[in-house]
Amino acid sequence: MIKQQLSVFVENRQGRLGKVLSVLNDNDVNIMSMSLADTTEYGLFRLIVDKPELGKEKLTESGFSCIVSEVLVIKLPHEPGSLQKILQKITDEKIDVEYLYGLDTDGAQASVVVKTSDPQRAAKALS
Amino acid sequence: MIWSKEETLSRQEMEALQLERLQETVRRVYEKVPYYRNKMDEAGVKPDDVKTLADLQKLPFTTKQDMRDSYPFGLFAVEKEKLVRIHASSGTTGKPTVVGYTEEDLHTWTDCVSRIACMGGASEKDVAQICFGYGMFTGALGLHYGLEHIGATIIPSSTGNSQKQIMYMQDFGTTLLVATPSYALRLAEVAQEMGVDPAKDLSVKIALVGSELLTDAMREEMHAVWGQDIKITSNYGMSELMGPGVSGECLEHCGMHINEDYFIPEIIDSVTGEVLPAGERGELVITCIKKEGLPLIRYRTKDITRLFYEPCACGRTTCRMENLTGRSDDMLKIRGVNVFPSQIEEVILSVKELGPHYEIVVTREGYSDMLTVRVELNKSTDSFAELQRIEKTTAGKLKGMLGLDAKVQLESPSSLQRFEGKAKRVKDLRKQQ
Repeated sequence: MIKQQLSVFVENRQGRLGKVLSVLNDNDVNIMSMSLADTTEYGLFRLIVDKPELGKEKLTESGFSCIVSEVLVIKLPHEPGSLQKILQKITDEKIDVEYLYGLDTDGAQASVVVKTSDPQRAAKALS
Repeated sequence: MIWSKEETLSRQEMEALQLERLQETVRRVYEKVPYYRNKMDEAGVKPDDVKTLADLQKLPFTTKQDMRDSYPFGLFAVEKEKLVRIHASSGTTGKPTVVGYTEEDLHTWTDCVSRIACMGGASEKDVAQICFGYGMFTGALGLHYGLEHIGATIIPSSTGNSQKQIMYMQDFGTTLLVATPSYALRLAEVAQEMGVDPAKDLSVKIALVGSELLTDAMREEMHAVWGQDIKITSNYGMSELMGPGVSGECLEHCGMHINEDYFIPEIIDSVTGEVLPAGERGELVITCIKKEGLPLIRYRTKDITRLFYEPCACGRTTCRMENLTGRSDDMLKIRGVNVFPSQIEEVILSVKELGPHYEIVVTREGYSDMLTVRVELNKSTDSFAELQRIEKTTAGKLKGMLGLDAKVQLESPSSLQRFEGKAKRVKDLRKQQ
């Protein structure tokens, strides 16, 4: 399933991450999952939220650089090798996997967020 | 339109006028200003020694330090009762420098600014919004009187309250904007935030910018937001000499015409003090030859420029000074290399993923100087590779421009400080470390 992901540029400075969270909170945007990757100077804070466009608008108003992009959300059985099988299908189509992070691991199935170079084609490969 | 006939004198006529006024001024300051008399006596030069314009070189320089040493009125050539106005510099680096005007001086000043306004395309039809800070600073009142004199309608809105500034522009039909280049860009940004397109929804067609460097890149940036058809000209001056109106750019954009019947320009080597020939780059030195209150002789401006004497296509024959490339004061020495903030600005404005605002931070790590340039991201991305590419491109261009390795630090949009007056974009932390 294709979902909209909100990515925010965050400087490595005290209070910046808190500011992102407070803007989302003030606008009643709920976070389902997230990943924060960093370099020495800045990070990209990637979030799956219930209202990505509203989050983007409000964060932009507060002076953040952010973008909404398409990612795949894939459900997986709790079995060894299940993620590998799925990723193989994507790479077989010569689609690059850029990064991934967990969305939900409770319940009967787990789900992961996968950013690929071509989300539409990747979704087709998995259907 | 050319405002005064003095702007089109032949070189011979101009030099004759300059010599007459120079001799009169030197005689007057020698008689009336003990500080100048002492300096001239020390240098072994008398007013009668000035027989030609070239003899100007025999006279001693005046510096900002001389003004501080004689604070507040020691260099004035008239009694205080004759003064009708006092202005002062901000004095960020010590005591302010105080300047005073007689009634005649105010007329001279107004005439100079009227000329500059006409050079920039202004006329009596214009509605001029003056977004310079009113007060002790000469910029606002200088432009105010000069523009009023040519018959323009003045909106003395000063700086600050940017949303209201945009409202005035909409409601009063402002056609001419007076501001620093950075505030002109800031105003465009505020307009856009309000849903107003400065190029389409406002009537501003002329921008007279000053009190800050206007680089070519900044001019392009201004055109991008204010429209391609807006006429942007820069003008030059400083309170010590009079205020704005010493020189201004015409619509040919080939340097700023100096009001030579009032100011004699020279270019010197700022280290040796030696006068350099026309066309060579160095520090601008100005002698005021038609001022009553504060006629400074050979004042060292610390601004770096070149002079051109060829007549201009606009019809004026006055000497032109190249748009400033920097101040000898602003120049940073980083790992032995001379760096002007304007060079860094040019690079930043050429990278489309970056906004126009920046901050230069110089630190010392161990025995080495470190240059960091903080810039705002203008483009949103989800990719580290893209962010690194922007950093690398910018650092590569900086290296090409300066010959120095610089660290590029990306920041969120609108996280750097905005300035309404002169921008302060350099933080040199080496002395504190």
